[in-house]
Amino acid sequence: MLTSCGFIHGGIVTATSQVTPAGKAAGTSSRPVVGASSAGVFMRITRMALQYRWRLFFGLITIFLASGFQLAIPILIGSSVDAALGLENGDLRIANSAVVASIASVTDIVGEGSNPAKTALIIIAVLLFIASVGRGLSAMFQNYMGESIGQGIGYELRMLYYEKLQRLSFSYHAGVHTGDLITRGIVDVEGVRMFVQTALLRSVFLVVLIGTGMYLMLSEDLVLGLISLSFVPFIAWQSTAAQLKLRSNWYALQERLSALTKVMDENLGGIRVVRSFASQDHEMKKFDVASNETLALANVQVGIRASNISVMGLAFMLSMAGVLWVGGLKVIDNEISAGELTQFLAFMSILLQPIRQIGMTINGFARGSATGGRLFQVLDISPDIQDKPDAKDLEITNGTLEFHNVSFGYEEDIILNGVSFKVEPGHTVGIVGPPGSGKSTIAHLVPRFYDPKEGYITIDGQDLRDVTLDSLRKAVGVVEQDTFLFTASIEHNVAYGDPWAPDDRIETASQHAQLGDYIDRLPGGYNTLVGERGVSLSGGQRQRLSIARSIMLKPQLIIFDDSTAAIDAATEQRIRAALTELTKDRATIIISHRLSSLMHADEILFIEEGKIVERGSHEQLLTQGGHYNDLYELQIRPNEQSGNNMDEGSAS
Amino acid sequence: MTARETHERSHEIPPKASIKLGPTLDEEVFGEAFNGQVVGRFMKYIAAYKVLLWVAITAVIVFTISSIAIPLIVKNVYDDALKEGATDKSKLTTMVIIFLVAVGFNFVANYFQELIVGRVAERILIDMRRAMYEHIQRISLSFMDKTEIGKLMSRLQGDVAALQEFLQTAVFAVGDFVLLIGIIGAMLWLDWRLGLMTLAVLPVLFIIQIIWLPYARQSFLRARVTSSIVSGALAENINGIRAVQGLSREYVNYDLFDIRATDNLKAANNASKFGVMMLPIVDTLTGAAMAIVVIMGGFFVLGGTVEVGVMVAFVLFVQRFFDPIRALTMHYNVLQRAMASGERIFEVIDVPVDIKDKPNAIHPKEIDGSISFENVTFGYVENQPILKDINFEVKPGETVALVGPTGSGKTSTTALVHRFYDVWEGTVKVGGYDVRDLTNDSLGEHVSMVLQEPFLFSGTILENIIYAKEGATREDVVAAAQAVGAHEFIMKLPDGYETELEQRGGNLSLGQRQLLSFARAIVADSKILVLDEATASIDSYTEMLIQQALERLMEGRTGMVIAHRLATIRGADRIIVLQDGGIVEQGNHDELMANSGLYSRLYSMNYASFDDIPDELIAQATNAAQGRAT
Repeated sequence: MLTSCGFIHGGIVTATSQVTPAGKAAGTSSRPVVGASSAGVFMRITRMALQYRWRLFFGLITIFLASGFQLAIPILIGSSVDAALGLENGDLRIANSAVVASIASVTDIVGEGSNPAKTALIIIAVLLFIASVGRGLSAMFQNYMGESIGQGIGYELRMLYYEKLQRLSFSYHAGVHTGDLITRGIVDVEGVRMFVQTALLRSVFLVVLIGTGMYLMLSEDLVLGLISLSFVPFIAWQSTAAQLKLRSNWYALQERLSALTKVMDENLGGIRVVRSFASQDHEMKKFDVASNETLALANVQVGIRASNISVMGLAFMLSMAGVLWVGGLKVIDNEISAGELTQFLAFMSILLQPIRQIGMTINGFARGSATGGRLFQVLDISPDIQDKPDAKDLEITNGTLEFHNVSFGYEEDIILNGVSFKVEPGHTVGIVGPPGSGKSTIAHLVPRFYDPKEGYITIDGQDLRDVTLDSLRKAVGVVEQDTFLFTASIEHNVAYGDPWAPDDRIETASQHAQLGDYIDRLPGGYNTLVGERGVSLSGGQRQRLSIARSIMLKPQLIIFDDSTAAIDAATEQRIRAALTELTKDRATIIISHRLSSLMHADEILFIEEGKIVERGSHEQLLTQGGHYNDLYELQIRPNEQSGNNMDEGSAS
Repeated sequence: MTARETHERSHEIPPKASIKLGPTLDEEVFGEAFNGQVVGRFMKYIAAYKVLLWVAITAVIVFTISSIAIPLIVKNVYDDALKEGATDKSKLTTMVIIFLVAVGFNFVANYFQELIVGRVAERILIDMRRAMYEHIQRISLSFMDKTEIGKLMSRLQGDVAALQEFLQTAVFAVGDFVLLIGIIGAMLWLDWRLGLMTLAVLPVLFIIQIIWLPYARQSFLRARVTSSIVSGALAENINGIRAVQGLSREYVNYDLFDIRATDNLKAANNASKFGVMMLPIVDTLTGAAMAIVVIMGGFFVLGGTVEVGVMVAFVLFVQRFFDPIRALTMHYNVLQRAMASGERIFEVIDVPVDIKDKPNAIHPKEIDGSISFENVTFGYVENQPILKDINFEVKPGETVALVGPTGSGKTSTTALVHRFYDVWEGTVKVGGYDVRDLTNDSLGEHVSMVLQEPFLFSGTILENIIYAKEGATREDVVAAAQAVGAHEFIMKLPDGYETELEQRGGNLSLGQRQLLSFARAIVADSKILVLDEATASIDSYTEMLIQQALERLMEGRTGMVIAHRLATIRGADRIIVLQDGGIVEQGNHDELMANSGLYSRLYSMNYASFDDIPDELIAQATNAAQGRAT
């Protein structure tokens, strides 16, 4: 939405291009960040623009053409007044000698017999028409070149950004707010695009046009020129200051708007809580507070805009009054012709629009530097997990996974501490332990979502850091605890890891995950849309979909990371039964809170504070009578007991 | 280094992959530009600012008139003060003073029109949003159940903004119209022959604009839609990055995203073409009009029938008179959007509030905590009752567990206690009062609900536990947290009770969020507690905590629990077994086991929860139970 508003109005009605703030709401708050130096940012953007050599070249040519045509118009208008007046009195005193000369020579060629004044008027009119058409055409090309270069760069940045995000590791994504990343990808790309489109080429145009215009006016008549130009510095300064103020206020407003969005979104999402506490009044108060905060800032915005527009208009017309008065006196004193006076007035109105744009252009530079800086910050990150230059594809001989004294953590926070174990094909290792003990970290280290801090992990003797990420992740299937559904059909979601998979493989995987019957009952079957805009699935169904997604790929190694928490025990049993064929020659790791999920494992590791504190088979661990046994007592006993168990022992 | 170089698209697009299906073109309505009903209702919101708006319209008109006057004064400067051979400088000075007066008017009117129109538009935006939001707070849950939050949010934001834009546009459209009429009038008045000849180009622009507009609009819309698809695809990939990387979808996604981004690039460039296309057209017509003025005006001046000032004024007018026409046709677009948005907004505001307080509804200070269902029949869709003639009573202080397979009517039963919906037949009584005779506020006070999915608001933990309870102190909160066993983990958080929660309590585990929602219910301190137990299994430590907390929560209250955990079910004073909207049996665990009915059969299947038992097994159990009964 952001992109469009800009250019819908872009070349058309500049005055209305102020997008209403609420239109941009959608929870995007972004503050200007001081990143790389502005000059560096502009250099990079300009380098990108230089790829569009021809468009840039053509754009520059049309800039000079447009300026030329634009500035010819006031001269012609002035001449026409003198032609109508001066020739009437038989005294050729047409403003601007060059035009006089050319018109005089043409009048000579046309020859006697015709009225020279009328001939001059006709010639001026034709020239005026040509200048106008030329101005329109060159402005068209100039704008189009600017916009298309901007769009092209926007496209490129978007692709680079997308690609970079896909390659950045989990530790990066875990540390960044997703909303912030999305904002950068949308708002900041847009900011750079607008910079290229409105500031880069236009600044050249403004310099050429205003510079030449000023030169022409001052060389014509210094005093009158100075008076006519007296509004220029004022408007340039005023519009720049207003644009910068508007922008910083806009950021504040966005922040308030996203707070308001949050209030409304939470209210609607938690509507049942609101209803059950009959807290409508409380919620309305929250809404009013947030709403009034946005109103105050929106009013500031309106105020700045109103005074800016009216003051700019005033400055321009005061200069015009000055020109009329001083110029009028000069006309009366016969120092200049009426045509020359008209020419000054026409120059002023031609220059008004470009001078107003100075503010927008400077704002474009400020915005381009801030947004570009933020964008390049992300683009310049080198992913901390990537293929070594000489990485080879993983070669599976039998599929044995081994952890060698693996430790992991951030700074002082140790999550895993010297963990060693081995899973052989056809075997299952169960991992259990209290929340935060490091169980999931084990699952994340195998596909190299993170790298161990110490120790190393091998599959069939190959260090994971020496093989390509792509081959590794194809060999390892991790069924995550939280399932992300993409807005697509169920079929496309199940086939997410292998979109070339034949129908029967997708269906078999869904059936094994005990999701097939549910899908068959849906009116759209496998084509039913799920995700944000489709059917919503329950937690258990999502987890089953996630299992289907992974087993469809028949990975050499399967890790279930607490991926059956929302699935009842009986269904889980059936899933496990369906998977025996698949897992019989593969290594499997099951991480779970629920002992019944992993009691059957060949080896069970009990993890506490990043260390393996107990290991062995279910029976061995029970006879040991340690933590595992305690947990077993806690989980299984209530079900075997009849009567009230609510006053059972402490949980800690 | 370009995107293309680093990551050449070399793969063919796989058959079973798609990326972020965005809104389609059909979802963007091309509606009528004027809808009397919408405008009429919109006027009511404007009515509150009638005086201000009249001031604004006056300012618009003053601004327009002074804008037209300025070229006319310039004309007089030429024709009176600067007449050939004029020597009297005082005339010029007078004219310049008149000019300055006009400029003054112009400035003041300009400032106020911008300020007032802008502020009133902002104000109305807030009013409309508030009206809609407040209405949403009152309309029945059955509407909310079938409406996506995203859709409502887009009405609260996008549609309201479109109406705001409409209001601003409407006032300025008046200005543009007056300006157009004014310029035409002034030109004809100055010299009707020259005026008519110059104005001849106006219809040409008008016709071109009318032909251009539909195509241009289509192209602008395409650009907007493709752009929002690209943004959506980016957002989805960021949110699902774990799945993307875990399943090695990077290459495929890059190619798919490239298709979307390229679509957008093409659509945007196409829209640019339509945008810039008007520039030479308008300039050509301006040039033509100026040529006419120069030739004809010049000839008239030469012939002495027209004074030169007229020609100058004409040149000044010609520069301006295309603007209002172009602005007016562009406004058309805004009008269309506004009408469609208005319809969507009023659609929400028109949803009837079918559950509201009776005029004489009461709010008793104390109630006894009993609940009774008398011959209750209820459903969401006509002729498809979910509950069929249900009768039962819960005594004050008693804890009743509702069990039964999915779709048996448990959730509906609990919703009726709080009067989220009205019954079709029969009566639901709380504390001996028909819920329809009580105020909504009193139900909120006496009945607390704990939902299956604990919902937390952003803000601190303290704020979340207090939530809407007026007069609750920090001590109350700490006591409640201690009672449910949440105090320990809260104190371990960096800022204790002042810890800010992330969105939906994302920085807490599910179990912790549940404990907080229990604490919230304790602070609310209602006589009756309706609880929907969570189904998801959590780690056993937290599980234990929750079971104990539940016990505390129920102390001294009447409890109605949709129970999923066998421990909770067995702990209840009474179990009501629902199936297909009817009560099949009730009693405590031992009684029901002895009964050998549906409950005992389901129980013996060893499922973690009755909800999970496959349909065919339920059918078996039902048949067996019925077979035994007959």
